[in-house]
Amino acid sequence: MTPILDIDALIADPLTRIVVCCGSGGVGKTTTAAALGLRAAESGRHVVVLTIDPARRLAQSLGLTRLDNTPSPVEGIDLARGGSLDAMMLDMKRTFDEVVQAHATPEKAEQILANPFYQAVSSSFAGTQEYMAMEKLGQLRVEADRDPEHPRWDLIVVDTPPSRSALDFLDAPKRLGSFLDGRFIRLLAGPAKAGGRAYLKVFSAGVNIVTTTLAKVLGGQVLTDVQTFVAALDTMFGGFRERADHTYALLKDGGTAFLVVASPERDALREAAYFVDRLDEEDMPLAGLVVNRVYRLSAPGLSAARALSAAEELADEGDDGSSGGSSLSDSTAITQGLLRLHAVQAEIAARHQTMAKRFIAGYPDIPTVEVPAASTDIHDLVGLRAVGEGLAGR
Amino acid sequence: MAPDTRASATSARDTDWDGVRLHIVTGKGGTGKTTVAASLALALAGQGRRVLLAEVEGRQGISQTFDVAPLASTEAHIAHAPQGGEVFGLSVDAKAALLEYLHLFYKLGRAGGLLEKFGAIDFATTIAPGVRDVLLIGKVYEAVRRRKDHKAKGPAAPRVYDAVVLDAPPTGRVVRFLNVNHEVADLARVGPIRSQADSITAMLKSPQTVVHVVTLLEEMPVQETVDVIADLRAIGMPIGGVVVNQVREEILTPKTLRAAARSAISRDNVAADLTRVKVRTTDAVVDGLLAEAREHAERVALERDEAKVIDGLHRPTYRLPSLPEGVDTNGIRELAEALVAEGMA
Repeated sequence: MTPILDIDALIADPLTRIVVCCGSGGVGKTTTAAALGLRAAESGRHVVVLTIDPARRLAQSLGLTRLDNTPSPVEGIDLARGGSLDAMMLDMKRTFDEVVQAHATPEKAEQILANPFYQAVSSSFAGTQEYMAMEKLGQLRVEADRDPEHPRWDLIVVDTPPSRSALDFLDAPKRLGSFLDGRFIRLLAGPAKAGGRAYLKVFSAGVNIVTTTLAKVLGGQVLTDVQTFVAALDTMFGGFRERADHTYALLKDGGTAFLVVASPERDALREAAYFVDRLDEEDMPLAGLVVNRVYRLSAPGLSAARALSAAEELADEGDDGSSGGSSLSDSTAITQGLLRLHAVQAEIAARHQTMAKRFIAGYPDIPTVEVPAASTDIHDLVGLRAVGEGLAGR
Repeated sequence: MAPDTRASATSARDTDWDGVRLHIVTGKGGTGKTTVAASLALALAGQGRRVLLAEVEGRQGISQTFDVAPLASTEAHIAHAPQGGEVFGLSVDAKAALLEYLHLFYKLGRAGGLLEKFGAIDFATTIAPGVRDVLLIGKVYEAVRRRKDHKAKGPAAPRVYDAVVLDAPPTGRVVRFLNVNHEVADLARVGPIRSQADSITAMLKSPQTVVHVVTLLEEMPVQETVDVIADLRAIGMPIGGVVVNQVREEILTPKTLRAAARSAISRDNVAADLTRVKVRTTDAVVDGLLAEAREHAERVALERDEAKVIDGLHRPTYRLPSLPEGVDTNGIRELAEALVAEGMA
């Protein structure tokens, strides 16, 4: 028997400090993060929801028109239990700028911020968004704990970026960290850093080929920009590495819970399986799987086959034998339509069940919750509350 | 519909995108972008054509859709189409593309290995902004232009592919992806990468290329469709069609839908009908059926609103049916036929 994922227990546990929602695109990850944050806040926690999505879906979900790089309170939540809800959307360039400003002297910071290579890296490098999401998470955590007597937030809910591949946000900090720390960048920064004279002797021929070729392909001025950038960033290398490591450690921490979100479709569940395996490999604390938008019948007692045969019987009643079709009364035609609709919906529900069961069979130990599909789109607190109820299995 | 006359004129059949050689397919995550790209490739490959279907995010969505072995960075045959048509698949890898590019233009022997060893290839393909995208689209660009005989220049030699379908990044990333020129311009003002970016941009913005957007009849996918079309237009990309995926066949009559939406269906009549055909007529069943109908009617009303938004875009629109059994290889063929019937291919 698959254990049930108890969302309420998870958010009620004061030891749960961070919830990370991950999953492939289009499964309702952002809505899940928002609904979870809202439910936790209305049960008395001090919550901040961090979303990364450029489509501003959380903003829509929370009925907000604008979210910026700092958390702001969400209006209209139920404060009766003493909780609070803030939400924010990541501005990756601004976050990167802030990191630079916090770790370099003002002159150096200015130099870095003006560098064309920095501008390109900070606004369009494929991993920057993931890296900055994790950076922001680290910042929120520090901010939350600033005053231990009155923590600003005691729960951070993170929606992960719509990544190219499933767990880019786990890999990106390491990748960017090792890039900024790496051998190639040190080569560019100046041969002295690449390991002293002996090293240089052996490799200088190779280094020349490498830099000349890159200059040929990228254009010489790119390399110059990179070199200036790297030289300016020099003092921050250790800092980047350290921060990436710190964030990674934070994710592994017992106070963090990963939720893998999927919809009951083949592709989404395949991605979910990949997530679950990766989290396990990395020893990340997986709380469970949310199977979102599972269609549930309102009349589960009636099978698809029975509904169809009943619809046919009704059609036969109205069949007057001529080729002209049926002479069903309006009301019977309606009943017949309801039965046919039910048969189709029953098949959808059955398919969702089969999909979910097949996944669960592969991962029998992972706590799972199925969230019923809403008949309308979710874009307000009322809708989010309903999703929250579904998450809690109510 | 006059299927017989259409069928007899297949070779000269007009489609909405005659003359287009590169079909770029985007859409919000979860809308079935890869499925549509695959169906379009198969549809275009009808009548004995050769079509390349390429992906650029290393997801192996194509091989999973066609249920074939994972694609490598070389083109592989993945499906047959009617009348001898063929679909090839390619998972473009930036690293392989860069090495190939270096080899082709610089005849790099030892330097290639050294670049790899010093992490320069990783640098260029994952870190240097824009370069990665130039390489990825560059590979697609090359496939679009490739001719059968490399030596015979000019229009004499036939193209290797009659069309190329690109399963592009989703709406959130596609504009930056296609705007390579802008991305690179900030960085490389001269040099081969820059001139490569310029040629790619020229092709992307020519009438040979269109970007199709896949959506569902749901609020957020439609909103993203509207947004991405505006953004693509702003960078000068030619906009193709809107593909509405997973359209369900309407089961209820307009009259029933209206009644269901107003909760005006007579409970007693339904109960009486059910009893007559010996369905176990409990309150739960009757109320359940009415609730299902009401929810369905709400959904349909929302879908109609979204369909109106799509109509307002004034783009050729194609509707693909929802496949109850999910999408497998046979499903792709069914969708390809639907695209042909609707004139997309």
